Amino acid sequence: MTRSVLPALAIACGLAFGLTAAGAKPVNYKLPDETAAFKPGPNLDVVKNNCTACHSADYVQTQPRGPKFKKDFWQAEVNKMIKVYGAPIDEADIPKIVEYLTSTY
Amino acid sequence: MLDRREMMKRVGAGLAVGAMSGLNPLKALARDTVTLPFDNGERPLVKYPQKRLMIGQTSRPPQLETPFSVFNESVITPNDAFFVRYHLADIPLNIDPDTFTLEVKGKVDHPLKLSLKDLKKMKAKEIVAVTQCSGNSRGFSNPRVAGGQSGNGAMGNARWRGVPLKTVLEQAGVQSGAKQVVFGGMDGPVSDKTPDFAKALDIDHARDGEVMLAYLMNGRDLPVLNGFPLRLVVPGYYGTYWVKHLNEITVIDSVYDNFWMKTAYRIPDNACACVEPGTAPKATVPINRFNVRSFITNVADGAKLKAGGKLLKGIAFDGGTGIKEVAVSSDGGKTWKNARLGRDYGKYSFREWKVPVKLSAGTHELKVRATSNGGQVQPAEASWNPAGYMRNVIETVHVTVA
Repeated sequence: MTRSVLPALAIACGLAFGLTAAGAKPVNYKLPDETAAFKPGPNLDVVKNNCTACHSADYVQTQPRGPKFKKDFWQAEVNKMIKVYGAPIDEADIPKIVEYLTSTY
Repeated sequence: MLDRREMMKRVGAGLAVGAMSGLNPLKALARDTVTLPFDNGERPLVKYPQKRLMIGQTSRPPQLETPFSVFNESVITPNDAFFVRYHLADIPLNIDPDTFTLEVKGKVDHPLKLSLKDLKKMKAKEIVAVTQCSGNSRGFSNPRVAGGQSGNGAMGNARWRGVPLKTVLEQAGVQSGAKQVVFGGMDGPVSDKTPDFAKALDIDHARDGEVMLAYLMNGRDLPVLNGFPLRLVVPGYYGTYWVKHLNEITVIDSVYDNFWMKTAYRIPDNACACVEPGTAPKATVPINRFNVRSFITNVADGAKLKAGGKLLKGIAFDGGTGIKEVAVSSDGGKTWKNARLGRDYGKYSFREWKVPVKLSAGTHELKVRATSNGGQVQPAEASWNPAGYMRNVIETVHVTVA
């Protein structure tokens, strides 16, 4: 790109923003594709079926790790999803999800 | 600049190869990560529309953290670098500012339906104010706690322009007996069993003339992910109250007790908002004003510096009394030197500071400590609470001088 093109481009961009600022155009926002994925592990399908409707896998991936963040921690998190956020998780799926989270993260 | 605080890591040789072979540069960049300085701190750098490369905390709902180097660029955080935090995944992606309506209802004499045009006709006000996530810096919590694992970049300082909430409430005519005002936005849960996000302020706070309905951020429309076309600005208060995509204001004659007020965003009911690590508080209150914080912005943790004079600079802020004093130590807190405060953009803004220090060869712990006009001083030891809110320990930057 040559130098002389730059000011023209800057003006064009400025105009585009100006139109938005005047409220003339509806805004259509495109979120980027989701890249985070649940790691392979036991009962992965159960996890995908129950968790991904409301949040991406990185909500799990970024949580603290280590001996204090095993079964009790994940059990509490799954309970929170059910009791607080109303996740419609079948009773039978709860231990499967906890097992996956405990052994995978 | 390599920064141990957020160390850039090339995954494979994506960037170099991508640039050389003419592949889509964004794709190559998306493979970059940063590592926040706590366990499991690796995060992707992500590119969203209207945003520069941000630290990707989560993708759905999106949580984007501001790379810390941004705070050294300017006292005002640019819109395209401003952090993003949602709770619920059904976020509004198609917004028509011409048909957008703000509803004001409940215990008012004249329920209102206001368009953006109506709001822009009212007398406007501007304020420079910081918003900060309650869980900013949660990743440093020790012991660690569940939740969004942010570094220090879930905060930002902007010039907000809009209408005082007071003006709108006066137009609606608040009825006697009103206790609180509830704020709802266009974003919502995926499942109707999930409590919708809404927050409440006491009626006197809502009418203080400072709480604002903002339609401009740093002179521009709000970025979509920061609440376009209208958001609540609650100066000095944690970001949880700054309801985005604000379209519903309800005056009530009771204390609002939804999940987001009664259960979540509660802090221990004591002066430090803290408890013995690992224990539960006896009583809690809704989180409210920021405590005082300060940061060195021009030297990153792990930096290698030349012996001799070095001008340290950074920012400080608090919950609305303003910054009285910033002191810096280059010997791990044994001796302190007062910094010179920069231009005052108001008591809710970041306050820049600068101070020259002399550094001898060896390793040093640089520390910065702010005192507010209200007399609050940052603690030397981090306090702890179960949700990992309100971290404000004196920050330490380790440097090697040669």
